[in-house]
Amino acid sequence: MSGRPAGPAAALRDAALSALVALGLFAGLIGLHLVPTDNGLRLVGRPWALAIVVLAVFVGRLLLLTWQRVRPSGAPATRRLAEAVTHAGRYVAPVFLLAAVALPLYGGRYMLDTGILVLTYVMLGWGLTIVVGLAGLLDLGYVAFYAVGAYSYALLATNFHLGFWTLLPVSGILAALWGVMLGFPVLRLRGDYLAIVTLAFGEIIRVVLINWTSLTGGSNGITDIPRPTLFGLKFNGSGDPDTFATFFHLPYSVTQRFVFLYYVILALALLTNWVSLRLRRLPLGRAWEALREDEVACRALGINVTITKLTAFGMGAMFGGFAGAFFATRQGFISPESFNFMESALVLSIVVLGGLGSQLGVALAAVVMIGGSELFRDFDEYRMLIFGLALVVMMVLRPRGLVAGRTPSIALGARREIAAELVAQGRG
Amino acid sequence: MAAPAPLLEVTHLLMRFGGLTAVSDLDFVARTGEITAVIGPNGAGKTTVFNCITGFYRPTSGALALMHADGHRYALERLPGHQIARRAKVARTFQNIRLFAGMTVLENLMVAQHNALMPSVVNGLLAVFGLGGHRAAERVALDKARGWLDTIGLLDRADDPAGALPYGAQRRLEIARAMCIDPVLLCLDEPAAGLNPRESEELSELLTRIRAGGCSILLIEHDMGVVMRISDHIVVLDHGKKISDGTPAEVRADPRVIAAYLGEGDEDEEPAPHDASAAA
Amino acid sequence: MAYALQQLINGVTLGMIYGLIAVGYTMVYGIIGMINFAHGDVFMVGAFLTLIGLVLLAGFGITSVPIALALAFIAAAALSAIYGWTIERVAYRPLRGSFRLAPLISAIGMSIVLQNFVQVSQGARDYNIEPLIPGSITVMTQGGFAVELSWMQVLITVVTLALLAVFTWLVTRTPLGRAMRACEQDLKMASLLGIDTDRTISLTFVIGAVLATAAGMLFLLYYGSINFYIGFTAGVKAFTAAVLGGIGSLPGAVLGGLAIGLIESLWSGYASVPYKNVAAFSVLAIVLIFMPSGLLGRADIEKV
Repeated sequence: MSGRPAGPAAALRDAALSALVALGLFAGLIGLHLVPTDNGLRLVGRPWALAIVVLAVFVGRLLLLTWQRVRPSGAPATRRLAEAVTHAGRYVAPVFLLAAVALPLYGGRYMLDTGILVLTYVMLGWGLTIVVGLAGLLDLGYVAFYAVGAYSYALLATNFHLGFWTLLPVSGILAALWGVMLGFPVLRLRGDYLAIVTLAFGEIIRVVLINWTSLTGGSNGITDIPRPTLFGLKFNGSGDPDTFATFFHLPYSVTQRFVFLYYVILALALLTNWVSLRLRRLPLGRAWEALREDEVACRALGINVTITKLTAFGMGAMFGGFAGAFFATRQGFISPESFNFMESALVLSIVVLGGLGSQLGVALAAVVMIGGSELFRDFDEYRMLIFGLALVVMMVLRPRGLVAGRTPSIALGARREIAAELVAQGRG
Repeated sequence: MAAPAPLLEVTHLLMRFGGLTAVSDLDFVARTGEITAVIGPNGAGKTTVFNCITGFYRPTSGALALMHADGHRYALERLPGHQIARRAKVARTFQNIRLFAGMTVLENLMVAQHNALMPSVVNGLLAVFGLGGHRAAERVALDKARGWLDTIGLLDRADDPAGALPYGAQRRLEIARAMCIDPVLLCLDEPAAGLNPRESEELSELLTRIRAGGCSILLIEHDMGVVMRISDHIVVLDHGKKISDGTPAEVRADPRVIAAYLGEGDEDEEPAPHDASAAA
Repeated sequence: MAYALQQLINGVTLGMIYGLIAVGYTMVYGIIGMINFAHGDVFMVGAFLTLIGLVLLAGFGITSVPIALALAFIAAAALSAIYGWTIERVAYRPLRGSFRLAPLISAIGMSIVLQNFVQVSQGARDYNIEPLIPGSITVMTQGGFAVELSWMQVLITVVTLALLAVFTWLVTRTPLGRAMRACEQDLKMASLLGIDTDRTISLTFVIGAVLATAAGMLFLLYYGSINFYIGFTAGVKAFTAAVLGGIGSLPGAVLGGLAIGLIESLWSGYASVPYKNVAAFSVLAIVLIFMPSGLLGRADIEKV
């Protein structure tokens, strides 16, 4: 199993070994199936399924080894692809943006719906990029701020009848405050400690949401969350004068609301992108990146490390809060189930796969992962399984993400890309 | 000849790690406008002293007083870590170079001017919308960075990642970065380590220039050529205690220094009692 | 008093299970410095394999509980050892020496794979078994409240202590243990000194998987019910335990496990059951803030 290409005999032997390992792995869980009956559990054998899987592993391994032997030497295809994407970034981004802006023109209801979903994750990804990609702080509980934003909006809107546009900044600010509050004690922790404490905070928030029934409705969640309006115009088919369709003398169609929601999230995502791109070129953003590179040196230069980390944490939380408020208004219904660890893991995967700090990479990764997993909607059972496998495979092939490398924030001459190998990933 | 005003006064500095005493009862003075070198065999406690001065370690006991020209006095042993650079204006470099390797040479120098560019978080956030006078401040910062790049001869590499520079250039860049906080005292931890003779020569020149510019220097160095050539004042440590203190000529002639370096004389672990009194 | 004692007994039992899982986290972290996120799911797979083994043996007419348990455990441990080995080989080894976040994401991916693999192959429902070891002894009675120590709890304690004894012997007295400790100190140096680091790391995962399977078996017997999702919660808590005890420290992992178990059971007993996880996580946050290297961890003096 060494990296060297093996001869046909060795490849066969290797594939046979792999098949044997697969037999060990799958004999219990695929070969035998637990079936509950009236008098306890019973086992049903599935020899054919087992045989097929083991054979698949054998053939797959053989093909992989053969391909490794015959493939053209030089950089692996994935790296060449990534380099191409990195270099073409300048042209890809505008095309991408244009395609996104024009989507309602050519996409149907389903496309719009998927687009809204993808853009929500793009926005979350860009928000988390500030924390993980720029400041190098590993946050495994980002979903907590998403939840704070969603519940802030839902609770304030249903109890005080305030509109979406009033509450959007409020939700963001509340989430940022939570970020700063939670961040203050824990940001002194380094590396994986920070990761586990943020994960714990994510879980704590979820447990509180489930159990504080009087406020949050518990597992039943909050229903009838008001939909957003366009300068006071509602999107429904009631025919009232203050609806979008009546005001513009258009026939009512439910698509109008989707198009509106689509542009709202697109605008929010672009706002996130603009602010983080802008911050990167300002002292604050530069300090975040310096923190990721070397915290000790930052301290020696008189940078207040705690405050700087807190701003990154708070800023990321704020955009998470915005996204949460949008999520609540889009769904019209939220429950704690939407804010479990898997969401944090998903957003973090998007950020890492995107290439830690690359805005374009994050957008690509969100499209690939969310869009990709939509493709497998028909295989619902297998969707998450495939998703998990894809994560592993993508990390093994591209540990630095799709668009690695870093663009300098300031330059005397022309900005030149910095190789990924030099850029640190932070310890905090 | 009137001695220049004291800049840094170290009195009764004691630093213990668990049962190990790294620095014990150390007193010395670094004066304004001078290059003070701290030398001593490996493990003498030099870097520990530096870490106490620059706030990375909190001394077990003792006082570290820094006097600015305006008469302001800072108790470094009580100042929070980053305030030592920010308020007391003490800058430092590291034994194992700590540049922001993934950022460009220019960016390294811009980060160093963080506090000048961003007096407060609110100011930093206002800058997102183009407010807070950021643009003008950045122009000034850029000019200063360019000036230092010119001084250390790295102007043509301003846009290269710092991690890709050759070793000697990295050392110079780290010094320039420290100088960008406008320090009154620059602490250099073995700046000549790993440099070839020509680079050492250039380094000596750079340090004399920095001194001429009004910044005092505290220097840990093993390269005796550099130390003897540029230092105004040398403090010799051995096993956490000061064994000698004076001008290069005095120190060179001190038998205790020779003994410490050559490992001669009586038990090193039990320095004779007169060592402490010699400190005054 | 009696009630407190009962909660204490329950807490220690629970803590033993967490401790067994935590050892796997702490070992891997000690050697390659990564959070093996999939470890909790190896625990879940171990529980499933044990259950399948038990049902299979019952089908063959083996009714003696000790024999059935021993055989099922051996089989399950052997198979989940393959899981541990394969996970490291496939998802982590290609990323060794790579950037810090890549192995973490890969581990999260592996965790998703294992959960959904079991869900797809076995189903999403809870699987229940009859208590195999019924009965208990009454330790004391006070004011009509009897403090019970079930045989199950005795078994959990005995098995855990026995496994930890074997494990401690393995780490402190055998060449493999010495190699493991050397790798923990300095992986590169260990490899320069001729230690087969790949093999040592693989074996670390194998040992971790075996201990997790034991924890899975005990969990199955204690609660009598498992599903594909038990790995996440137990895994997070066991990792919390490892961090609490000072990650990298083996006695710390067990101590942290006990602490988490006790907090959970005392909190459930005296405050509120739904918030028991909040209590455990809050204690973790508080301990880390005041003792950043955990209870028994090495103080991490920053070298500058």
